[in-house]
Amino acid sequence: MTFFDGDSSLISNLPAIVVTLPLFASLIAGFLGWKNRKAPYPIAAVALFLTFISSVVLMIQVMSTGVAIEYRMAGWAAPVGIVYVIDHLSALVILLITSIAFVNFIANKSNIDTVFRNKAGAFNSLYLLFTAGLLGMTATGDAFNLYVLMEIASLSGYALIGLGSNRAPLSTLNYLFLGTIGATFYLLGVGYIYIATGSLNMADIASIMPKILDSSMILFAFIICMVGLLIKMAIFPLHGWLPNAYSESANVAAGLIAPLTTKVTIYIMIRICLTLFTPQYTFDYLNTSDLMVWLAIGTIIFGSLSALAQKDYKRMLTYIIIAEVGYMVGGFFLGNRIGVSGAILHIVNDAAMTLALFMAAGIFMWKTGEESQESLKGMFAKMPFTMAGFTVAALSVVGVPPTCGFFSKWYLISGGIAAGQYFFVAALIFSSLVNAILFFRIFEIAHFEPFKDHHHHSSNHSNKGEEASAHDTHEQTIKEAPLGMLIPFMAVSILLVVLGLYSGQIVNNIINFAIPSSIL
Amino acid sequence: MSIETVLSIKPVLAVLVSLLAIPGIISSRSQNIREAWTFAAAGIKLLLVVSMLPIILDGKTINYTLVQVFPDVGISFRVDALGMLFALVASSLWIVTSLYSVGYMRSLDEHSQTRYFAFFAVAISATIGVAFSANLLTLYLFYEILSLATYPLVTHHQDKEARSSGRKYLLYILGGSVGLALPAMMITYHFTGTLDFAPHGVMAGHVNSGLALLLSMMFLFGFAKVGIMPMHSWLPAAMVAPTPVSALLHAVAVVKVGAFSVVRVMTGIIGTGVLADFNINGIICAIASITIVVASLIALSQDELKRRLAFSTIGQLSYIILGVALLSKSGMTGGILHIAMHAFGKITLFFCAGAIFCATGIKYISKMKGIGRRMPITMTAFLIGSLSVIGFPPCGGFISKWHLVLGTIESGRLIFLVVLLLSSFLNAAYFFPVFYNAFFCSADEVLFEDRVEEAPLWCVVPLVITASLSILLFFYPQPFLNLASLAVQTIMGI
Amino acid sequence: MDIVSLIAAKANYWTYVILLMVGLYAMVAKNNLVKKIVGMVIFQTAVILFYVSIGYKKGGTLPIIMHGHDHGHGVDSFIKAADYINPLPHVLMLTAIVVGVATLGVALALAIKVYQEYGTLEEDEIRKQIELKG
Repeated sequence: MTFFDGDSSLISNLPAIVVTLPLFASLIAGFLGWKNRKAPYPIAAVALFLTFISSVVLMIQVMSTGVAIEYRMAGWAAPVGIVYVIDHLSALVILLITSIAFVNFIANKSNIDTVFRNKAGAFNSLYLLFTAGLLGMTATGDAFNLYVLMEIASLSGYALIGLGSNRAPLSTLNYLFLGTIGATFYLLGVGYIYIATGSLNMADIASIMPKILDSSMILFAFIICMVGLLIKMAIFPLHGWLPNAYSESANVAAGLIAPLTTKVTIYIMIRICLTLFTPQYTFDYLNTSDLMVWLAIGTIIFGSLSALAQKDYKRMLTYIIIAEVGYMVGGFFLGNRIGVSGAILHIVNDAAMTLALFMAAGIFMWKTGEESQESLKGMFAKMPFTMAGFTVAALSVVGVPPTCGFFSKWYLISGGIAAGQYFFVAALIFSSLVNAILFFRIFEIAHFEPFKDHHHHSSNHSNKGEEASAHDTHEQTIKEAPLGMLIPFMAVSILLVVLGLYSGQIVNNIINFAIPSSIL
Repeated sequence: MSIETVLSIKPVLAVLVSLLAIPGIISSRSQNIREAWTFAAAGIKLLLVVSMLPIILDGKTINYTLVQVFPDVGISFRVDALGMLFALVASSLWIVTSLYSVGYMRSLDEHSQTRYFAFFAVAISATIGVAFSANLLTLYLFYEILSLATYPLVTHHQDKEARSSGRKYLLYILGGSVGLALPAMMITYHFTGTLDFAPHGVMAGHVNSGLALLLSMMFLFGFAKVGIMPMHSWLPAAMVAPTPVSALLHAVAVVKVGAFSVVRVMTGIIGTGVLADFNINGIICAIASITIVVASLIALSQDELKRRLAFSTIGQLSYIILGVALLSKSGMTGGILHIAMHAFGKITLFFCAGAIFCATGIKYISKMKGIGRRMPITMTAFLIGSLSVIGFPPCGGFISKWHLVLGTIESGRLIFLVVLLLSSFLNAAYFFPVFYNAFFCSADEVLFEDRVEEAPLWCVVPLVITASLSILLFFYPQPFLNLASLAVQTIMGI
Repeated sequence: MDIVSLIAAKANYWTYVILLMVGLYAMVAKNNLVKKIVGMVIFQTAVILFYVSIGYKKGGTLPIIMHGHDHGHGVDSFIKAADYINPLPHVLMLTAIVVGVATLGVALALAIKVYQEYGTLEEDEIRKQIELKG
């Protein structure tokens, strides 16, 4: 692959470009939005597309060379300078972030145009800024830089969520309080790491770790970093902020934030545990497995049961997200190769599934103007294609083959069996069954109950007269979402199956290299 | 004995062909074009399956791996004698049922026929997928697809009854597979490192008796489609479906997929050696026997014809399990053969029930007095179907029952011979009154006018075909008998 | 070493821990949203102070090397790291302060939004209004 070996400056600067491109585009979109409402969207779309392409190239580059790309910001070498490290793991997550940000953006064009008509500049700018923050978090190899980027992502995330319904600002404020506590805890932990090691570079710290395993400073740093991250990923019982914030945000924002925030935070946790504290410390010296897996079990059970109690579709999804956090945290802290593989694979799969479910939420919202599950009456007959896609996504959450959810769950359960964590295995199966109930409840409503025309808000994108005649259960006319929404959604739901069938390849060719060989 | 394998994509195509027809089915402008797609797919599928038959009868197997998903486990297909037998039954009966569906659905003017035919196609794809699975993972995959694809078929009427039946259906089928079969599969993988079906199983040497028993039970009850008591009550509930669905899916595809899966797991995963060494087969035989007797007793008391047939099916399915679990050569042959023989008999009976409903709107046996005068062809077919299920010559069912009886004697467990005979007696007891009342009830009891008025031709032709096939199979059981003995040879290594 | 000098020796740590707790308390227990925001700022400032204090060294001076351009003569022999306070934590805190200000800005903006919606910043009153609306 001479193409990559060459000294082409564009290619060699990709790790920086992938983060700075959306960052600068965000500024440009913000400024242009002042003058011209129509300008920001195409700029953001192009920027997201180019970022997506860059991340694909990065992924190919990492896979073909097999070594991590280390990019020195402004040419300063580590540990003095800040480095961005693109290895198999970060390349995978970067690809995930860029593709979700891009697809969600494209699919929601009409939503963005109508909902954020007067805030086009702000919205597009925030969307890009959030993406840039997440990408930076994923790429950086510097513990303090991570904090800054985490806050960039969080702050733009707060603003995005705050743009939602009338209740959103209050929920966002609560989210902001907890998010700030989490981030500040993390910052504090980094301070202690710095005292103990004198370094902020993750790889550098890791090389010092073996000498200071019994340092109480490091122990404190580990605990406080973990608590900070666990708050940010909404693990039970630190989950309180998530359901309100996500369910009250606009669908476009939720489609970006819900699939990515918790997943990237889990990636950060994995990164910190593996690259910074080293697996030796996390798993062997501290033996954190039992405690964390129990925390995960609690999260799974709590999330699943709470989801059962929800009447509102989006709120139900938020509790499923919480339960899924338990999957990944638990899988990672099983501490064996299968479990960690499962956790990483599930980051990808769960992000894709959540994206699909929130895209479906967007389409339903567009159709009915409501968010209750009851509003989905007669949907199978009304929107067969959307419902087919929704069914695939739902089955993936339940864990039915050949959708991707089944395969990551397989790894997680195998890991649980291998680690002897049978309660974790039971929790996973319990959660699958609960998810089956959750979604079949919706299927029943959509399948058995006749469609009702319920447009509370006088939306101008549907024709009342046409639908009023379609009350008869059996003679419903099909009226699908516009193709601009439907095609991306169908593509994502097909992707869920493709991801599933190729999960073996993903694990063999990417995830295997992402896990240190010391984890067996 | 080394088995020669042939690499071919044909099994994948056989699975996919009906899926590929779905866009055609959905997008068709007229009913006739839509049905043409269905028949085209059905025909090509049968041809594909039949084209593989000579290779299998030659003692070879056909393999194809689509994609590798876990270390040593992929989505793989393998055609062997057992799978071939099942695929042959399912794909040939699909054509007949499609004919029947057209007649039934059109004459009753059912709604959402496009959805019906589309999901029917998915279901048959999944069935063939199960038949051609090379490992447990692939089998599980298609098993689940089948469960989900049949849900809209079972709940076709979309009313309250359908809704509660649908719930029950999913609760048992999905609950069983996710709650029991899936964990059992993962535990198996954990201990053995493989999920491939091997002729003598893969568990030998990896598990102790307790674990082997636990896993066997998890599989037996987890594959709830086989309807072993107490996991049976979804089947009578699912009779709310339109009759062609009941016919193909609940007499042939779905329930036989359950039986087939259990047989596959018992022979290919657990292994006959393990079953015999730990005496698990005795326990399975006992469970199956209880189901056989109890289901037949319940069937006696059912007045709704389809429900009576459903309980009859529950009992007959356990014949298959019992036969294989006997672990004797004839018993196993009989059990496997029963997959085919019972299918032809039972589908005839369901077709008859549907034809009666089509022509008269009657569901209850007590209201069918004298119906033989009105629908002589249908009721004659009904007689043939019931004779086959009971195991009377000259019907196909006799062949499999004969082997089963021989099997009990070979294995030396005569108690099961008693069970078989008792059950045959009970079968006769719940079938003959239907037939007797239809033709020979006294003149003042007759509820029908004395004129012949059959169901539409599209309904009658299929049931005549399956009834004739039931008789034909008594005289020419070779394709199925050869496949069954070939399968038994592989399993028992004789 | 008696307890007083133990505390005195780590005075900076005690200070930041106390501030941290004050901030956390305000965020959790206060009813008024602005008070919560103030608590959040105290909470963040505590960590900033902690960072600033760990860079300090007894007897250290500003980290400006007077003879820095005097290369070739073995600069290392003249410069002892212990003579200079560590500038890095201070530099980091410049960024953290910016982050803190930005957070404060977003929080206040949200608080204004909340006030516009409910006409109050007291959480219990807001909750009552939400319940009334169903």
